[in-house]
Amino acid sequence: MDFQFDSEQNDLREAVRGLLERAYGDAEERRRVTRADPGFDEKTWARLAEMGVLGLPFAEADGGMGAGPIEVAIVAEQIGRVLAPEPFVEAVVLAGGLVAAVGTAEQRAELLGPLSEGSSVLAFAHAEPATRWSAAAVGVTATRDGDAWTLTGVKEPVLAGARADVLVVSAVTGGGTALFVVDGDATGLTRTGYRTHDGGRAANVTFAATPARLLGDGGSPTHPADRTPDIERAFALARIAYANEAVGAMDTALRTTSEYLTTRKQFGVTLNKFQALTFRAADMYVSLELARSVALWASMVADAGGDVVSAADRARLQTSRAGRHIGQEAIQLHGGIGVTAEYKVGHYTSRLTAIDHVLGDGDFALDRLAATVGDHPTVDPLGAPYAPGAGVDA
Amino acid sequence: MRLQLSPELEAFREEMRTFFTTQVPQEIRDTVAARRHLGKDDYVRAQRALNAAGLAVPHWPVEWGGKDWTPLQRHIWREEMQLACVPEPLAFNTSMIGPVLAQFGNQEQKERYLAKTANLDIWWCQGFSEPDAGSDLASLRTTAVRDGDDWIVNGQKTWTTLGQYADWIFCLCRTDPTAEKKQRGISLLLFPMDTPGVTLRPIELLDGGFEVNEVFFEDVRVPAENLVGEENQGWTIAKFLLGNERVGIARVGTTKYYLSLAKDLARQTTAGGRPLLDDPRMAGRIAEIENELLALELTALRVVANSADGRPHPASSVLKLRGSELQQAATELLVDIAGPLSLASFADGGSEVPDWARVATPEYLNYRKVSIYGGSNEVQRTIIAGTILGL
Repeated sequence: MDFQFDSEQNDLREAVRGLLERAYGDAEERRRVTRADPGFDEKTWARLAEMGVLGLPFAEADGGMGAGPIEVAIVAEQIGRVLAPEPFVEAVVLAGGLVAAVGTAEQRAELLGPLSEGSSVLAFAHAEPATRWSAAAVGVTATRDGDAWTLTGVKEPVLAGARADVLVVSAVTGGGTALFVVDGDATGLTRTGYRTHDGGRAANVTFAATPARLLGDGGSPTHPADRTPDIERAFALARIAYANEAVGAMDTALRTTSEYLTTRKQFGVTLNKFQALTFRAADMYVSLELARSVALWASMVADAGGDVVSAADRARLQTSRAGRHIGQEAIQLHGGIGVTAEYKVGHYTSRLTAIDHVLGDGDFALDRLAATVGDHPTVDPLGAPYAPGAGVDA
Repeated sequence: MRLQLSPELEAFREEMRTFFTTQVPQEIRDTVAARRHLGKDDYVRAQRALNAAGLAVPHWPVEWGGKDWTPLQRHIWREEMQLACVPEPLAFNTSMIGPVLAQFGNQEQKERYLAKTANLDIWWCQGFSEPDAGSDLASLRTTAVRDGDDWIVNGQKTWTTLGQYADWIFCLCRTDPTAEKKQRGISLLLFPMDTPGVTLRPIELLDGGFEVNEVFFEDVRVPAENLVGEENQGWTIAKFLLGNERVGIARVGTTKYYLSLAKDLARQTTAGGRPLLDDPRMAGRIAEIENELLALELTALRVVANSADGRPHPASSVLKLRGSELQQAATELLVDIAGPLSLASFADGGSEVPDWARVATPEYLNYRKVSIYGGSNEVQRTIIAGTILGL
């Protein structure tokens, strides 16, 4: 058991940190970038591709780097530190992750190569106005006509959905929920993009008999394999990546708050002379370090091949609670300036709030954990089901 | 980054688990599992069973019975001990005065005390807090005045845990009342509790038990050779001792056991025609505490796994703070599971209320102490704000 990064991982962290610090170390620059479509900087996206970041979790045979969840966590944390708006988790971890998990060898090469090279942005069109963090599709249906499939229905909100070159779409078939690939210029595809409160972009994506290709080849021609478990697993890996992104964001929010407390003066003294404030900052630190532990651990569980769905729920719960605590206190300890868009700290709260609602909030994770709380007397983070093969009784 | 324990550490964990669950008297473990107070003899028997196997003082220098384990091995040792409901070796002996003597004592003191301290042949108690010196320990007023070859001690200590069983006390005394800083005029003295002039008054706690005491000193004559370290070096020693006191204070293993107990009891308890564990609010509450406990355990593992270079990990200050809060959350949970049965707290014979429900509230009330002792949680917040956040 070891919580230290190795030297290659440290190098990756420093490289990504350097790149993103140069791009967004100045919060004003991030505001400028996020005001204009597509909501992120195409040049930074290209540099991330050059660095190998966009192909990190994919097999080398598919055009990727052959790295894993630890490296993804490292990148995600650095993204969180400066609130880099590039859709790394959305395009690489989630949409790309689904292609890697479900796609045929041909599809993987066709889609993941360009994604890794930065020439194609992927997005996962899954959320629907009438569903709430479910892994199954309900409102978009797939119809088979001869050898071809078409999709009909509405997906919203789809993160990075307007900018994406290729959409991975979940849809209802006779076999359950299947996954499809839809090109950005397909007929019958209407995309209406908009800004989200955290500076990101989402879209309403409407399908009207839109041509689509089935992702993967499981099941029968009329009843393709149900991909709900694959989506659940991809969600888990994305939740873990978001947990690490949240840790990076919380870290900066706390650091910014501490700096503010030592410089801002009221009643003739700096704010850190008020114990009512410093104790609250100390509690923020406690929340941050506990969340960091679980986020790192969940990344290790994913890396070791343990029960990633349960580990992701645990990380989700911990970072949800911590994100709200730290985000809210960061604003309160700053005072009015924390609510402005002109000062950076409030943007961290906004981003943490967005992360909290993309793939399930803390109560959602808690409900799932509570449903199985009676199945085990204790939780052993180094044993079954989290560390496969560990221990004689695992 | 690696999740699994190495095969060697897995074997080590198994070895610890086997020892603690088979080699410590079962009736003592049952008493701990039932959350009943142990008697002096129970502590002594348990510690001697550990010491006979070399497992009472693994963190001491090898020369005096230590094991030269890594911080992670010590962590595993402690966790397995708590999970098996084995009473931990007496902290006053093994975590406090033992390491102090090994570090600051002279050769004669080491030879005279250390082996007996490890085996609980001497039971030590802690003479630190005073009525006007709690979190502000350096304000202590008990004096020791040199008189020929002796020190004459006068004053009062309080919160002296299990002092009623103690053979000896290690006692912070003011030896230089004129020192410029109050921290500079303090020394550490050792003396037997049956020395003339020492009297002890037990303090009854809310749980009906007698765990702490006041200790009064009236012209207590202590031989000069019983000074530990240098005269007026007591504050340095006290800080060293309190640093050790916080090691292992997260008590993850104990809280884990309490949560597993809470699940069993909530399953056996019927509310509204179904097991209480099936109530979504109760299940959610347990699951939330369980996740917090996981976060704490992982933080403790991060601290021990990455503190090999001897410097304390910054996150270590989180352990006492959240560890105590979770112990309190678990004991509160057990009271709420007991519900109205918790009122039968002092029932003796003739009550149909099960034992676990009777001990729940006394223990809950007793456990309010854990966020107060060992550096109160407010002291921990001051440390975090000051030394980590620079506030």
